[in-house]
Amino acid sequence: MKILAFLIFSMFIGSVNGQTFLVDEKTFTHAGSQLRYDALMEELRCLVCQNQSLADSGAGLAQDLRKKVVAMIENGNSDQEIKDYMVQRYGEFILYRPRLNYATVMLWFGPFVLLLVAIGVIMRIVQSSQSNHTKKKVSSENKLCDDEERS
Amino acid sequence: MRQLIPFSIFIILIIFFAIGLTKDPRLIPSPLVGESLPVRQLDELRTAETTLLTSNLIGSSFILNVWASWCAACLEEHHLLMELATQDAIPIVGLNYKDTRQDALRWLDKNGDPYLQTWFDPAGEFGMELGVYGVPETFFVDMTGTIRHKHIGPLDRSNIAKAIDILNAEQNSSL
Repeated sequence: MKILAFLIFSMFIGSVNGQTFLVDEKTFTHAGSQLRYDALMEELRCLVCQNQSLADSGAGLAQDLRKKVVAMIENGNSDQEIKDYMVQRYGEFILYRPRLNYATVMLWFGPFVLLLVAIGVIMRIVQSSQSNHTKKKVSSENKLCDDEERS
Repeated sequence: MRQLIPFSIFIILIIFFAIGLTKDPRLIPSPLVGESLPVRQLDELRTAETTLLTSNLIGSSFILNVWASWCAACLEEHHLLMELATQDAIPIVGLNYKDTRQDALRWLDKNGDPYLQTWFDPAGEFGMELGVYGVPETFFVDMTGTIRHKHIGPLDRSNIAKAIDILNAEQNSSL
């Protein structure tokens, strides 16, 4: 029980630490900028720790990129301009939601194609098992008749 | 025949996974290959009062090596850069990234200075223009100032040679 309490307690320590070192820079003069900033932070990926968004990452580069986003928002750049700026330098990889282009067509539509294929396969299996079933039924009925005739 | 279908799907998956294993997810292809090197004004590392345009070397191809004194992997490739500098094959430019002047100069004095010039980027602003996300990174720039190749991580002999070949091939085709 004590151990459990300690573990729960240490979870909170971890999260407090996590937040303190991420607190930086952002004080917006314009209302709404904070919302845009928060949204962008979740859309952009940290390149150093690749499974974290810019919002989560404590890496030095992520901090620089956050500052850049703040500066660009303050400068009046649109979300699209900010994303374009990042993509021009770091490539599509920085976007969590990759854009639709020839390189990402498979990524976007591959799952739907697979889904259609799977549905097709399932329908065929179901159909063939149904027809097998009726065949079996018919054949077993025939057998019965045969048996009756014989008896 | 029917039993072959799951087996072939399995084999196809295995092939995909095998290809996937050979790729390093940390290597992110740079969209800047084929683009020209951004032109900015930067301080020289050694002489604080000198500023250099990043376009000052247009006319000859060069290697732009991004390094920092705090970067352990930079030491790993350093002897190769020193060797290349003595061969006089191609100018090497350093971009000192997110460092202090003092630490950087001490590092160069200790380990040797292979750089024709070193651009000083303490805030990492030019690094951001170049899409640098970790050091060392090395850009191979041709005589027109176009980035032809980017290497992420420490260099080795074979990838230096390969990149110089890319530059030379470019040069010959443009002549």
